[in-house]
Amino acid sequence: MSPLKQKEKGMTNIVKIVAKFVSPPIVLFGIYMVLHGHLTPGGGFPGGVIVASAFILLILAFGREMASQKLKLSTASTLESIGALIFLSLALIGIAAGGWFFFNFLPKGEPLRILSAGFIPLANIGIGLKVSGGIFAVFVTLIMFRITTGKGGR
Amino acid sequence: MNIIPLFIAIPLGVAFVLALMGKAKEIACDLVANGATFCLTVLSLVLLALIKDNQVLVYIMGKWLPPKGINLVLDGLSILMLIVVNTIAFFATLYSVSYMKRFTAKHRFYSLFMLMLAGMNGVVLTGDFFNLFVFLEIASIASYALVAFGVEAEELEASFKYMVMGSVASILILFSVGLLYGLTGSLNMADIGSIIQGKKNLLLSFSLVLFLAGFGLKAAIIPFHAWLPDAHPSAPAPISAMLSGVLIKALGVYTITRVFFNVFGMTLQLSWTLMILGVISMIGGGLLAIRQSDFKRLLAYSSISQIGYIMIGLGCGNYWGLLGALFHLFNHASFKALLFLNSGAVEYSTGTRKLKEMGGLSKVMPVTGTTSTIGSLSISGIPPFNGFWSKLFIIIGLVQAGHFVLTVLTILVSVLTLAYYLRVQRYAFFGTLKEKWAQIKEVPTPMCISMIVLAIICIGTGILFYPLMKAVFEPAVTVLQEGTKYSALILGG
Amino acid sequence: MVFFLSFVIFLIGLYCVITKKNLLKIVMGIVIMEYAVNFFLVLLGYRKAGVAPIVVEGARKANFVDPLPQAMVLTAIVISIATLAFIVAMCIRIYEKYHTFDVTEIRRLKG
Repeated sequence: MSPLKQKEKGMTNIVKIVAKFVSPPIVLFGIYMVLHGHLTPGGGFPGGVIVASAFILLILAFGREMASQKLKLSTASTLESIGALIFLSLALIGIAAGGWFFFNFLPKGEPLRILSAGFIPLANIGIGLKVSGGIFAVFVTLIMFRITTGKGGR
Repeated sequence: MNIIPLFIAIPLGVAFVLALMGKAKEIACDLVANGATFCLTVLSLVLLALIKDNQVLVYIMGKWLPPKGINLVLDGLSILMLIVVNTIAFFATLYSVSYMKRFTAKHRFYSLFMLMLAGMNGVVLTGDFFNLFVFLEIASIASYALVAFGVEAEELEASFKYMVMGSVASILILFSVGLLYGLTGSLNMADIGSIIQGKKNLLLSFSLVLFLAGFGLKAAIIPFHAWLPDAHPSAPAPISAMLSGVLIKALGVYTITRVFFNVFGMTLQLSWTLMILGVISMIGGGLLAIRQSDFKRLLAYSSISQIGYIMIGLGCGNYWGLLGALFHLFNHASFKALLFLNSGAVEYSTGTRKLKEMGGLSKVMPVTGTTSTIGSLSISGIPPFNGFWSKLFIIIGLVQAGHFVLTVLTILVSVLTLAYYLRVQRYAFFGTLKEKWAQIKEVPTPMCISMIVLAIICIGTGILFYPLMKAVFEPAVTVLQEGTKYSALILGG
Repeated sequence: MVFFLSFVIFLIGLYCVITKKNLLKIVMGIVIMEYAVNFFLVLLGYRKAGVAPIVVEGARKANFVDPLPQAMVLTAIVISIATLAFIVAMCIRIYEKYHTFDVTEIRRLKG
């Protein structure tokens, strides 16, 4: 096969198979980190980055064309906006429920359980969605530039 | 009381809703964005009517009490800045309904605009240093993207320069916030103000200098001004109006005022520093503006000069100086926004920004010509427009404090301002009409409405300045004159 | 005097921004400056013989290091990711238009 054709199809078979196996556990680990943000270090930001990095791994392994059919930029953008709106609506519901912006309106259970600390797990989910969608969208936008600078195939 | 966080929540929510609305019709995006800014303008005027008698409203977020919790503080200075920011934002969005038709992705423009507005409202309202840094960054990053919005080569270069200098400024500010936290153990402005009163520490002075450098870079005082003459002309016209009219004041002048007057306390050296920086900015901006041949670049240098006026008034420190400085802040927002919107209208119709190519445009564009004349006369300080009163108050303040050399320099630069604006008017609007401009028409209605209303504000504030002074500016001046008693007001009540 | 070291790293980053001619090296200078400031903030929270501020069963009242600078640094890192992504995208677009990364040649705006 000519080297040009091989470059367009992504990396070698070993990398593709391993990436297919490994990326669901990475997403699971990212979700674990997001949900346990009030108990262990982490929270929305690092968890979201880890989830995004699982999808970035898939793009790196399979090449741009195959990945652009499954993992679209518009889904990531929509997820990002929905995450931000979840966070903002939690803050605004605080006004309706308790009278203050960002008021912690859900019951705070016993500490060190997963369902404690009011709305913080929900806020972490919102932030996790936003960060993962955002970082993935940034990555896809940056690599899409390579198509347009077609002069000499850089 | 619950209106206060809406100033941050409404623009943020609308920004993300607009980002989702990419496939909707253009008129829907226009309505949502303009409706949001109109709502915010009305809310800021409602807040002005609600608070009376120099009251300070402290809104505690989430019921976690300061100094551990974050609070939003609404006093006279914040109300003034809120009114200025939201009103000019409304006129800019109204203008961009027809101006931004040439660009694609208008919903992204509105989304970024709303983020910048949310950031500015947050900076003006917050009472906590790290919260100030976060909102400052939100507004700055949104403005970097907006400057580069039409991706021509020159806009990208200008945006890159702006981004590098803006990032350096933000890093300096974060360094200083960290230093203050290490020295005092708290992040709340009022708390820090009460702890560092009367203490003299080398690290405190270092933190003050870092703040001056960081916020001075955002306010485009000379020697930190190098990004402004490239960034403001390259941006689309409503964004230039927002940047020059509002952003450098909300992120630069307001933060300098709040930090120096209310947290650190004004000393003699600090007043002299602000006055010297103001004089250098005023003279430098004025001299550099004379030899410009590009309309918007001249307006950008003129902004540097007028910010110098505000700095001199703030450094002066007595009642008339402070009143003049804050009034000039309000006035400059209105007439500089008007002038930038005019230059955008000229560019929309003729496609050029170079003064030598224009000529006699007021025959074919009467609204633009008239409003531009009103704006130029206001900024030069001709009675009865509003610029005259604010410059008069600054000069009275300087004379009362005994700085006669500075007074003479201020008056000379004022004459210089008149000179270069008359030059602009002669080249662009009066004079003979060139043949290639004989076919152009006046700009569409939304743009005309924005310009006419801003011109009416210029005239109206000039004539009705006394009730405006009593209602809006006196409480702001009282806040600044009380200085470090701000912290007792916040923590006590 | 470890705080002084963080200020030295900050000055190295500032030197990069001021003197280097390649666009990407200027961006690297900004990244170095941000690292220096985050480093300074985290160091502020150190307490002698402190442990990581995670509450686990049975260790409620241990000697924690200060968690507030860690929260500040988390936010600052996220902000710097956004700034970095945007500056790099700007560099790519500038290369498309000017076909060079050299700052001395990207000078169409003068005066």
